[in-house]
Amino acid sequence: MAVANEWEQGDVVKITANGTSIELPVLIQPGQAKGSVSIAVGYGRELAGKVGSKVGANAYPLATVRGNSLQYNGIATLEKTDAKSPIAQTQTHHTVMDRKPVVQEATLAEYIKNPKEVTEYDKIATPDGLEKPNKVSLWQDYEYKNHHWGMVIDLNSCIGCGACVIGCQVENNIAVVGKQEVINRREMHWLRIDRYYSSDTTKEDFAEKGKLDTYAAMEDPSENPSVIFEPMLCQHCNHAPCETVCPVLATTHSSEGLNQMTYNRCVGTRYCANNCPYKVRRFNWFSYYTNEKFEAVNGHMFTDLGRMVLNPDVTVRARGVMEKCSFCVQRIQLAKLEAKKERRRPVDGEVVTACAQSCPTQAIIFGDLRDPNSRVSQVTRREDGERGFHVLDAINVQPNITYLTKIRNVEPNKELTV
Amino acid sequence: MQHVSPVREPLVTGGKTYHDITQDVCRQVEAKPNIRWMAALSVALFFLGIFFYSVYRTLWYGIGEWGLNKTVGWAWDITNFVWWVGIGHAGTLISAVLLLFRQKWRSSINRAAEAMTIFAVICAAMFPVLHMGRPWLAYWVFPFQNTFGSLWVNFNSPLLWDVFAISTYFSVSLVFWYIGLIPDFATIRDRAKGPIAKRAYALLSFGWKGSAKAWSRYETVSLILAGVATPLVLSVHTIVSMDFATSVVPGWHTTIFPPYFVAGAIFSGFAMVLTLMLITRVVFKLEDYITIEHIALMNKIMMITGSIVGVAYITEFFIAWYSQVEFEQYAFINRATGPYWWAYASMMTCNVITPQLVWFRRIRYSIPATFILSIIVNIGMWFERFVIIVTSLHRDYLPSSWVMFSPTWVDIGIYVGTLGLFFTLFLLFAKFFPVVNMAEVKTILKYGVDNGPTYTGHHGHAHQVAPAHQPVAPAIPASAPVNYNKHD
Repeated sequence: MAVANEWEQGDVVKITANGTSIELPVLIQPGQAKGSVSIAVGYGRELAGKVGSKVGANAYPLATVRGNSLQYNGIATLEKTDAKSPIAQTQTHHTVMDRKPVVQEATLAEYIKNPKEVTEYDKIATPDGLEKPNKVSLWQDYEYKNHHWGMVIDLNSCIGCGACVIGCQVENNIAVVGKQEVINRREMHWLRIDRYYSSDTTKEDFAEKGKLDTYAAMEDPSENPSVIFEPMLCQHCNHAPCETVCPVLATTHSSEGLNQMTYNRCVGTRYCANNCPYKVRRFNWFSYYTNEKFEAVNGHMFTDLGRMVLNPDVTVRARGVMEKCSFCVQRIQLAKLEAKKERRRPVDGEVVTACAQSCPTQAIIFGDLRDPNSRVSQVTRREDGERGFHVLDAINVQPNITYLTKIRNVEPNKELTV
Repeated sequence: MQHVSPVREPLVTGGKTYHDITQDVCRQVEAKPNIRWMAALSVALFFLGIFFYSVYRTLWYGIGEWGLNKTVGWAWDITNFVWWVGIGHAGTLISAVLLLFRQKWRSSINRAAEAMTIFAVICAAMFPVLHMGRPWLAYWVFPFQNTFGSLWVNFNSPLLWDVFAISTYFSVSLVFWYIGLIPDFATIRDRAKGPIAKRAYALLSFGWKGSAKAWSRYETVSLILAGVATPLVLSVHTIVSMDFATSVVPGWHTTIFPPYFVAGAIFSGFAMVLTLMLITRVVFKLEDYITIEHIALMNKIMMITGSIVGVAYITEFFIAWYSQVEFEQYAFINRATGPYWWAYASMMTCNVITPQLVWFRRIRYSIPATFILSIIVNIGMWFERFVIIVTSLHRDYLPSSWVMFSPTWVDIGIYVGTLGLFFTLFLLFAKFFPVVNMAEVKTILKYGVDNGPTYTGHHGHAHQVAPAHQPVAPAIPASAPVNYNKHD
């Protein structure tokens, strides 16, 4: 529809129905039924405080009330206005460019046939033949004597709802930066949901179309794409590329496998963020709790009353320092201390990160990899060689997070038809 | 008249005498500033003002004033840093490497080239500090005794190596440059009329007497410093390149970077030397010292290093293909054909194609063509660093984080501001310091010239008595060099 009308992303369109009209910007989505537009209701509130008022437009007046029900079946007309309204998105590249090491999926039929073949593993050549990347390393391995915290994320269970993102934000006092800063690509989320649409083009088209055209075509999602969600957060690499490059040792490895960020040592060179293959490090571009530019969106950090919602166990980060997922280290420490008081080891399930806690489908499991009976250990062991994989395994950063390949219940090689 | 060797081209043209050299160089220092200099300085100061304002915005509000984002953590800042450091390299090459190789033509350009090095390194050093989120803690990158516990720096980090590389480079260059200036300061001191000038240059010349012993030590120190500085020509940009080469970012993680960066640095450095020299020789009427031969020779160096850089660009593509690493291949395909293709195209045109024009003798010897060429190369080398840094970062491993980068006016302000800083320093240098190394140029005056020049301007043998109609032959100043010309 956008193509037919020559609409571009962010063009403001006027929708008239039921005698009233509203103006909204266009957000082009693959998979939108042809000849249709969707409008989310719930916006355009009048009395929702500093953050909520007058955001978007209220679509309810377009509907009619008949009896006790809302009827959405009036005749609506759309016309383009000259206005533009940029849309703030955290992700603007929509396909995975057929990068198997990033995210993996397979079909149920394939899984039933042979679960050992649903995941493609990166192998590197050694004198002894093809080996797992972690068999060859320049670095010495860390020895974890007490705990080794790890996580498993099941892509099969993830529904992309974003509860983990908000759980993380609340737990860790993550600044809200507002629309303009999201447009500037500076959202502060420590945990994000990467969403990839499928593309009609794959690497198998290289021979036919050539690499340049194939790569260009891969950028476009299919008309009716399948979608995969991948929660992405600090992988707490055992051979972390961020740790080696910091000139002042502000990011280091803990004796329990955490990649930890020392805010008050950070001078803010951002080298760690550049060298992070997962791009999960977030920089405090401004002082989000004193700069008046952010008072409207991050107001709770500006007043004494507002600050009551902050988590007292987590520092509010200063301007110019790097931050990232800590595996909720404050919760780990608390659980360890509670256990110590009772003269016992923490039991599995006692430490739960905010994301794991908020996940409605229990796609995220957190625990101690040193404890062979913990759920995270059991799942990692069971899925090793089947669905378990590390994102970007070949660069051998040895993450502490294992992802489980998504298995789709579709007929193999058959596209969903509309 | 002088007899000019039929075999060797003279290094100084125009039949200059020793006295002429002193006159020609000291004239700028002693005369009142001319209007062109004042105008140039005003423009430079204006840009310096832009620099200070942009820096104020950055320091007061934060790095958010720049165009950087979650994926592109370095852009104009480090591009400018590498660009400026690279520019400095030509000065060190001219003053140190060419001294060791006994390339005597270097004498008339080494002073200004070294000054350029120092000012370029000052401009470069602005960026590692300014790009920090908390620049007031910049001193933490030094390994110093502290009360933070046993907190030390990270010797694994290439940024720390940078700190050592740049600070060593700056100190050695500064000392080398200053040692060279001492005899010339003494010359100016001896000629100075005003009390302030006398005091100032006396202080600057460290009480130079010009004794044989002092000259001998001067030469020894120059040689030692040249020996110390020579490895720096190679090491500094090698270490800068390791910021990228040791990372895991596709397009950065490349073992070819050290030699490629060194060649690029010398390439851009000579381009900047040419830009500056072509202006300086005209403004200060130094055409006889910075001759067309100098320009042609520097053009040749530019062409060679430009070709090395060109080969390096192509090698990167070959290795990306040969490695069969998906991410590496995409990084290079994206570089040439992705959203920043125009930056890549500018880099290729400016750095690979244009220097090849120097093969034509007419272009090599043409001043306007050389000037344009040198500017184009400087632009191209800026784009090279932009391409390496931004196009590698903006699309790396996870497509979800792919972004575009666009600079804000503060980014641009700081960059053009450092140009203002550079030219302010250079213009002040050109006015108050001798832009040509008088002492050393005097030693090459006889190069290719038979029946050589005299101190007094009288042609003939030195033992001849000055004619009677000259009132008093100017006394041989204390700072006059002993003729060490070992060729004769």
